[in-house]
Amino acid sequence: MKKWFLLSLATAITSVSAAEMEVSVEVPRLTVAEYHRPYVAIWIENADGHVADLSVWYDLKLRDREGEKWLKDMRQWWRRSGRSLELPVDGLSSATRPVGQHTLRFADDHPALAALEPGDYQLLVEAAREVGGRELVRLPFSWPVTEQVSHQGGGKTELGKVSLSIRP
Amino acid sequence: MIKQLTRWTAVALVVTLPLSAQAHRAWMLPSTTILSGDNAWISVDAAISNDLFYFEHHPMVLEGIGKAPERPAGQNAAPARPRAANRLLITAPDGSEVPAQNGHVGKYRSVFDVELSQKGTYKLAVAGEPRYFARYKENGEDRRWMGNLADVGQAVPANAEDLQISQMESRMEVFVTSGEPTDSVFTPTGKGLELRPVTHPNDLFAEETAEFIFLLDGKPAAGVEVNVIPGGVRHRDNLNDITLTTDAEGKVAITWTEAGFWWLEAKITQEDGLKAPLNQRRVSYTATLEVMAP
Repeated sequence: MKKWFLLSLATAITSVSAAEMEVSVEVPRLTVAEYHRPYVAIWIENADGHVADLSVWYDLKLRDREGEKWLKDMRQWWRRSGRSLELPVDGLSSATRPVGQHTLRFADDHPALAALEPGDYQLLVEAAREVGGRELVRLPFSWPVTEQVSHQGGGKTELGKVSLSIRP
Repeated sequence: MIKQLTRWTAVALVVTLPLSAQAHRAWMLPSTTILSGDNAWISVDAAISNDLFYFEHHPMVLEGIGKAPERPAGQNAAPARPRAANRLLITAPDGSEVPAQNGHVGKYRSVFDVELSQKGTYKLAVAGEPRYFARYKENGEDRRWMGNLADVGQAVPANAEDLQISQMESRMEVFVTSGEPTDSVFTPTGKGLELRPVTHPNDLFAEETAEFIFLLDGKPAAGVEVNVIPGGVRHRDNLNDITLTTDAEGKVAITWTEAGFWWLEAKITQEDGLKAPLNQRRVSYTATLEVMAP
């Protein structure tokens, strides 16, 4: 009995440590006169607020880090996390992305996931576009999982399909 | 000419009582209150008007900012008043004073820029010395007087009736944050009405409730009347203001009904415990606050 318990516990630990998160975010094609790629922030919150950042896409290449001027337009992310960061952050900051579906994989050794306590969370994706709009999408999820789980959502204006897939 | 005199008297009055909301409202409107990135600047409009936030009446004349409009010359010109110019004090997160730049006074507004070279919360404040105001009847006619308290005995005739001598203090503030909000600029001066945030004034969101404590002479003050008005008044029928009164701890809780710039006015009138010849003290605090969309 004891042996079996230990064995199943070991299995559980192994499966937790092999977990992976796949986040897919669609940058929609928009018919507008002046188009700029959106700034996008992807992070995790729980009921108490911000837990960890996963990715921030912004204009990294402008002279004098001028691209950081518009980070505050992702106003929830800026409030929850951005304003307290020294940018750019390795492994977090990345360039803006073109129209299309973009998939990001986060292995269990990613700092955000390694420190994630079991519990209920939300994945937040916020997009803000120069001379355009701003949108925030939330996908609730539980961590960790015992079998693969997929969550689908999406935006109406600045974001297309957003999905989250968690593997045990 | 008469018209002009009335106009300049009105300007003088408004400028003397810039923050006490005698029909007009005095305000500063920053281009933004939340900034990211390194090269952070704001541009600020300063004006006196009825509707918020439209520059449509008079510029707010600030010491050292632009060229103040000249009073019309001639015998009908408004008399020079013994008033100190409104002085703008910009305080950086480290406590140092920052100069306003590119000052300009136009027909309806003053404009200046501020460079925010440090990270943290800056305070823009206009708060002068107390001003004194007398109101009385002489031979049945209403009279008013403004000047130095030391002169009031000579200025007011011996046969004045219903004499009321008021001390007026006002403070107007705007807070702006580059990067993460800080609290260093909230250290009170201990004079007049001041704001002690429970909720940081650069962390306000629509549908959320913010708490502020009002201090009178550095101590939490109960019974302060607080009124907040969302901007954009011209394009709607109702003022949509919210009026609250501070509790025993000097606190109010404001639930922002919409995003945008809001004008806050807090005031209290004190009639007891004043030094002769004063029989009234009127103290006000105003601030322009930006409430973000959720």
